[in-house]
Amino acid sequence: MLAVVGTVPEDDFPLVCGRADFDSSRLRVEGKYIDVNRGTPALLAAACRMLQTLGQEPPLAFLVGDTGLGHGSRRLYAYLAEHLADHTLSSMVFHYLQPDVDGHGRVLMAVQELKTRPKLIADAGFMYAAKMSGQSPEYDLFTPDAGELAFLADEKAPHPFYTRGFILSEDNKVPSLITRAYTHSNAARYLLVKGSMDYVADSSGILSTVSQPCSEAMEAVGGTGDTLTGVVSSLIESGMDVPRAAELAARINRTAGSMSHPTPASQIMDIIPWLPTAYGQIKAP
Amino acid sequence: MGFFNRLRTKKPATKDRSGWERGILVFAHTSEVIRAEKLIKNSGFCIKVMGPPPEIRTGCDLVIEFPLIEELNILRLLRDKEIQALQVVPVTDHLLQPVDLFAVKDFGEHLMVRAANMKLTVDKETGVIVNISGGGCPDVPYLAREMIGKSLLEAPKPQDIGHTLCGYALHLAYEEMVRRCWQ
Repeated sequence: MLAVVGTVPEDDFPLVCGRADFDSSRLRVEGKYIDVNRGTPALLAAACRMLQTLGQEPPLAFLVGDTGLGHGSRRLYAYLAEHLADHTLSSMVFHYLQPDVDGHGRVLMAVQELKTRPKLIADAGFMYAAKMSGQSPEYDLFTPDAGELAFLADEKAPHPFYTRGFILSEDNKVPSLITRAYTHSNAARYLLVKGSMDYVADSSGILSTVSQPCSEAMEAVGGTGDTLTGVVSSLIESGMDVPRAAELAARINRTAGSMSHPTPASQIMDIIPWLPTAYGQIKAP
Repeated sequence: MGFFNRLRTKKPATKDRSGWERGILVFAHTSEVIRAEKLIKNSGFCIKVMGPPPEIRTGCDLVIEFPLIEELNILRLLRDKEIQALQVVPVTDHLLQPVDLFAVKDFGEHLMVRAANMKLTVDKETGVIVNISGGGCPDVPYLAREMIGKSLLEAPKPQDIGHTLCGYALHLAYEEMVRRCWQ
């Protein structure tokens, strides 16, 4: 079972643990409806769609309300540290959480104590915390964008906001930044770097790249990275090896985006419904 | 660029005391840093928002670097507005410099500004914010929900409702977008 851990942008949203269900427009967990605009709800919606398409069971969501003060995130860190052993999980994806080194450490320790270690995927704030804590190699996959890759490559930076000038996040520097991230042990076992060209890499270097189809407007659309993480997590949950899942996810996400004919004003809910069709088209040949 | 041409403003002058000895103000939360920065800058003091030295870093933090000689004035200013600094520390070590370069992309009808890891896109004719992307802190989806669909003039400013470094980066993108509107 795939677990999705993250936040909902509402202060009064309670801590919930339950199966996620997504119909044509609405996401529901434990009887609570959640708007899908970006962030963890977008990841969850994409994962629900893909897991259903792949014939897998729906994801288990660990969610809490947090609008940036971190109170909800800290509750969720504590809950996971205490209750993770109650569940049997084959993969876990950690997403929008307030970066907190101590909270991250307690959650990772709980994961390491599980009888069977799930595949671990991290994106967004939790990936920042993983890097800050020096535990990046414990993870199977990170899904940074070019700016976040520069942060992973900068051994001193605690957040992408402080990435030093000499490694600015330009796409043409991605290969050297990947090397640098692995040199300083700040990368997961595999990286899926999203951008105008998507890169799949490990410590040996770049394994594959995906650049087509290309819709320039996708760069402005919030949530496309979240759906990519949802897709790759679902493919990994289906049993696919990580580098193959990463390459295929990049192609599916790009194709779904292209099918939706995006403009810079498009919203992520314009793209999510196209994911199964995109998967079918890529799988067909 | 209809909306852009309708806006005009003038920035207040700041007192340049950058050559003086420096200290840092440490706060409990990034959102307090953002409030304090606004207050202190509006009062004309020359300050910078920076990353703290490792020994006082707890997560994704910001501190305010300020001229030490102004310590009492600044603390009084904060106290009057009930903003409490946890510590005042002389600068003895390297402070992290936030990413301060902007990238701009013109899509024709839309303009996107990126600051650090955050991107803000507006409709050039109406000034309406159409998209916010990037970032990984939990206020990003909240900020997007509150700002998208509103014009730059009507939307809440990220510095007023954001709480994290990503929120702060979005505010820089917002300010740069507004600055471009005013050119």
